[in-house]
Amino acid sequence: MDFFHAHILTIVTFFPLAGMIVLLFFGSENKNLIRLWANAVGIAGFAISIPLWLRFDFDKADQFQFVEHYKWIQALGADYHVGIDGISLLLILLTTLLGPLAILSSWSAIEIRTKEYYAFLLMLQTGMLGVFISLDFFMFYVFWEVMLVPMYFLIGVWGGARKLYAAIKFFLYTLVGSVLLLLGILALYFIYPSIAAVHPEVSAQFGTVPTFNILAFHAISPYLLQNFQEWIFLAFFIGFAIKVPMFPFHTWLPDAHVEAPTAGSVILAGVLLKMGTYGFLRFSLPIVPEGVKHYVPMVAALSIIAIVYGALVAMMQPDMKKLVAYSSVSHMGFVMLGMFALNPNGLNGSIIQQINHGISTGALFLIVGMIYERRHTREIAQFGGLSSVMPQFATVFLIMTMSSIGLPLLNGFIGEFTIMQGAFQRNIWWAVFGGSGIVLGAAYMLWLYQRTMFGKLENPANEKLQDMNLREWATMIPLIIVAFWIGLYPAPFFRALDKPVIKLVQKLDPSYLQGAPRLEAKSGERR
Amino acid sequence: MNLLDLIWMIPLFPAVGFVINGIFGKKLPKPAVAVIASGAVLVSFLMAAGAVYQLSQRPVEERSHNVAVYHWIDGGSAHTMSGDVERFAVDWGFLLDPLSSVMVLVVTGIGFLIHVYSAGYMYEEDGFYRFFAYMNLFMFSMLTLVLGNNYVMMFVGWEGVGLCSYLLIGYYFLKRSAGDAAKKAFIVNRVGDWGFSIGIFMVFMTVGSLEFTTVAERFHEGAAAGHFHAGDTWLVVMALALFVGATGKSAQVPLYVWLPDAMEGPTPVSALIHAATMVTAGVYMVARSNFIFQLAPQAMAVVAVIGALTALMAATIGIVQNDIKRVLAYSTVSQLGYMFLALGVGAFAAGVFHLMTHAFFKALLFLCSGSVIHALHHEQDLRNMGGLKDKIPVTFWTMTIGTLAIAGTPGLAGFFSKDEILWQAFSSSHGHILLWLIGAIVAGITSFYMFRLLFMTFFGEYRGGKAHHHDDHGHGAHAIHESPKAMTIPLMILAAGSLLAGYVGMPKWLSSGGSSFEHWLEPVFEPVPGVAAEVAHYGEGVEIGMAAVSVAVALIGFFIAYTTYYRKSDRAERVSAQFKGLYTAMLNKYYIDELYDWLFVNRAKDGGRFLWRFDSKIVDGVVNGSAATTVQSALGSGWWDRWIVDGLVRFTGGLIKTASWPVRLIETGYTQNYALVMVLGLLVLGGYLLWGTP
Repeated sequence: MDFFHAHILTIVTFFPLAGMIVLLFFGSENKNLIRLWANAVGIAGFAISIPLWLRFDFDKADQFQFVEHYKWIQALGADYHVGIDGISLLLILLTTLLGPLAILSSWSAIEIRTKEYYAFLLMLQTGMLGVFISLDFFMFYVFWEVMLVPMYFLIGVWGGARKLYAAIKFFLYTLVGSVLLLLGILALYFIYPSIAAVHPEVSAQFGTVPTFNILAFHAISPYLLQNFQEWIFLAFFIGFAIKVPMFPFHTWLPDAHVEAPTAGSVILAGVLLKMGTYGFLRFSLPIVPEGVKHYVPMVAALSIIAIVYGALVAMMQPDMKKLVAYSSVSHMGFVMLGMFALNPNGLNGSIIQQINHGISTGALFLIVGMIYERRHTREIAQFGGLSSVMPQFATVFLIMTMSSIGLPLLNGFIGEFTIMQGAFQRNIWWAVFGGSGIVLGAAYMLWLYQRTMFGKLENPANEKLQDMNLREWATMIPLIIVAFWIGLYPAPFFRALDKPVIKLVQKLDPSYLQGAPRLEAKSGERR
Repeated sequence: MNLLDLIWMIPLFPAVGFVINGIFGKKLPKPAVAVIASGAVLVSFLMAAGAVYQLSQRPVEERSHNVAVYHWIDGGSAHTMSGDVERFAVDWGFLLDPLSSVMVLVVTGIGFLIHVYSAGYMYEEDGFYRFFAYMNLFMFSMLTLVLGNNYVMMFVGWEGVGLCSYLLIGYYFLKRSAGDAAKKAFIVNRVGDWGFSIGIFMVFMTVGSLEFTTVAERFHEGAAAGHFHAGDTWLVVMALALFVGATGKSAQVPLYVWLPDAMEGPTPVSALIHAATMVTAGVYMVARSNFIFQLAPQAMAVVAVIGALTALMAATIGIVQNDIKRVLAYSTVSQLGYMFLALGVGAFAAGVFHLMTHAFFKALLFLCSGSVIHALHHEQDLRNMGGLKDKIPVTFWTMTIGTLAIAGTPGLAGFFSKDEILWQAFSSSHGHILLWLIGAIVAGITSFYMFRLLFMTFFGEYRGGKAHHHDDHGHGAHAIHESPKAMTIPLMILAAGSLLAGYVGMPKWLSSGGSSFEHWLEPVFEPVPGVAAEVAHYGEGVEIGMAAVSVAVALIGFFIAYTTYYRKSDRAERVSAQFKGLYTAMLNKYYIDELYDWLFVNRAKDGGRFLWRFDSKIVDGVVNGSAATTVQSALGSGWWDRWIVDGLVRFTGGLIKTASWPVRLIETGYTQNYALVMVLGLLVLGGYLLWGTP
């Protein structure tokens, strides 16, 4: 047990990979056994991640906990260095929750190459967790890249009609960003010794030789020149913005989503996109704060464009999955807008909304997947009046629609409202323009709901549709529970984020927490 | 037992009812479903009544009771405009004060009666349990809205009632029009919510809190200390942002368009949500924020003008509608306009007073119309009614009381509240004679269209039956029955309310102490210090005279209706033929829906289509283009590599190959040859060593 507690992060991360290796020894014909094993590994993976939450010290949520630090490639100064703070804690739990749900949702959808499919899903799980636990930039980069491979195959082998196009597009687009990210990392890597040499408080802690230690980069950030910070920010920005994805780097997303199998979409929307926003939070904001501040107007503008643009494009989509994909672009616009408000409200809301987006959009992709499995089409025009034949499904769909459009008492509201407050604090117009996305969000989601669920059932192909089965309920119930939990009692989540966010704000704007009037569009004199 | 500390439970009972009926309702017998749902609301009502009683026993200055259940949202530190750092934190908390007391009693009391009524009205419907589950969910949301102790809790209820309104309008979801109406209601409300949320952020930024009592305190203190000045742009914008939210929920110009369509829902829903409770939420919100509006006289003027305009516009549309529920819907919009007129002239108590009396008589009128529709098997067209007065006498008499009340008959509920509003519109420092005039005209129109409705429904000859050829279960006049007791008893109670509710708010010239209703609300509507409020002094005679005028106007409306619709006259046809343009415009609701469709809906769709093309052709085009360019340049560099770079190599190789053919003659690759050459060489070398050296 002590061993488990001492190496909990490593175990949580590599457990799916170990499960995958065992899976490789199974006979390919024994599909149900393979499925059972994969599900067992997924659920066990979630179970062993719960102690992270229970043992996490929320009062020190801004410090990295469960740290493990070993030498890895000494010649490079790359270490095996892992640890989590409040931000990564939430993202890890989101990953371990969505993973098994994605696995479970594939039970009847995947009939060909079942073994390979689950192997890739499990491998993907390890890759994503690795990204969130890494405290070494080299290690982070390895996970960041490695995780592309299973996703590439998931789309490329088990995808829809244009799967190869989508898979290659996804892979190459992300790779382009990664290269710039790598350049940024290397620049920091090489500049580190020169700064450590003259700042003893840095070298005392992290040494004077080149290092990939993220904490070391956090430590040298005050000494990085403005110009240098701006360049690093841009390099990071391209890498992360493609992943988020931000307008105008988003076009890989609808293709990847539409072609990917349901589980792939769930993971893609639920977790993969968060790696981009996580990158901003972990690297851009604390390492190059001056660069961040310089580019705030650009990022805010792109975010607001994404909110409105994504919503309008989503509204006119004839394909359900593409609609949800574009809604992701809009929602991630909110996440970025909140983050770049660079104040506690905006950052807290942004991170909560990342979790929310994983829950709601993940659920919506599962919902679309259920329809697709029954009818083998996702064209909205093919449906209508499904409430009559699938009342349970209609209820679940309604709950998740409301969660997605930010109805209070469900998760989406908490994130959106806090983000809007943060955005408003930074600049009133951000909130005014961003708020239009909330109106449009209701429009496209309710229109979708009306066209598929309401009205008379007119298409004879839909008459015999089965309502949700037990397995499908099992994939939805955890998400519904979390959606209500965050909506009704978000305090634990805010508690996990409060300190790390304060730490970020202190880096970005130390005077903020002391208080000084700073409303940009302030009118007249007051108090 | 201290019920004041338990007010957080009031919304909880309907929530439990919702969960029970939502999950198990399908398997429960219908009476059980109805008992659970109505019982939950009854318990809420009793608790609310008890709590309000306990509140009233306290001294005036202590009549405000906050209960925080737990810390709900904590978004971290934020700034106020003065530079203070406050946490953007919101409690799951409740407040019982004189204002929320009125609201909670109206909501639970009338809500309970409508639940009972629904048990009769909806009994034949398939989704009986679904209906009651939604109704209970609505009660939960509405009670959260009125009892919440901060703006965010109010917003929770605000959105929650919007959802229930969506679900209940879309109750007959098989009908396309119902689905459309539901969606429209939600989206139009969202536009209002956009303004509301901006208003909330502005409030927080100004005073660093969202909790009502704290906000009120800080605004009062700030004004007293001279930090706020009435008419500051910031305050005016804040008030207007909040008011945008109110226009959405309370169906005011320009966001009223959803309410008439909302009549697609079952009639009890129209009574509960779209007449008595939800649509008054905007009025409640403005009244709750009265200290902000007091500091923003320009915004008050906007509120008054929008209210008057809405009252007039909706009333004129109501004249020509032939659907019994649509007439009542426009009447509701118009009466809500009255309430905003009151708020806009600073008569907050009068607005809330009218909210209360209106809840009685409009719920009554809607339920009566439901009883008529029920009796006529879903006939809603006034032209197919008539002569029902003896067939359904209870409905007839109660509806007559409702009509008399809304028309402003002296002594009935509507008279007191409407008269108070008109008087304030005239006499208040924010008032204006034109506002009074519009209000008086609307009173006449109201009286006209209500009596038109009454005469067309109950008097003359029954005109139905001929339009119905599918007479499989008898649509003839003989099949018309009075509704069951579950429906008629609530009608009678509401009729009693419509008769008597006005007496709590009698004007000074009728009761020595003045309006006790107003006194009750005084602590909430305390004037903000420093706001100029010179009270114009008019004699009692003027006030009585004004009242007489409004009664006279209502009488005129009655007589026109009487002579046109009671006595069979062709005046209606004549007039509508004479003013054909105006008539058509009114019948088509001034084409506002068409205008909005053209202006917003279609433009948004066009925008979506355009951006989609832009996305796939331009944004993605760049991506695919760069991919194609990469492929092309790869092919190009492949060619270059093969023919130029490699060509050079091969050329060099070829050159050497060609030039080296003589060498190749001996480079045979056979070991024997090499051995032979080696032996030969050795021989030569040996010969040289032996003989060649000196």
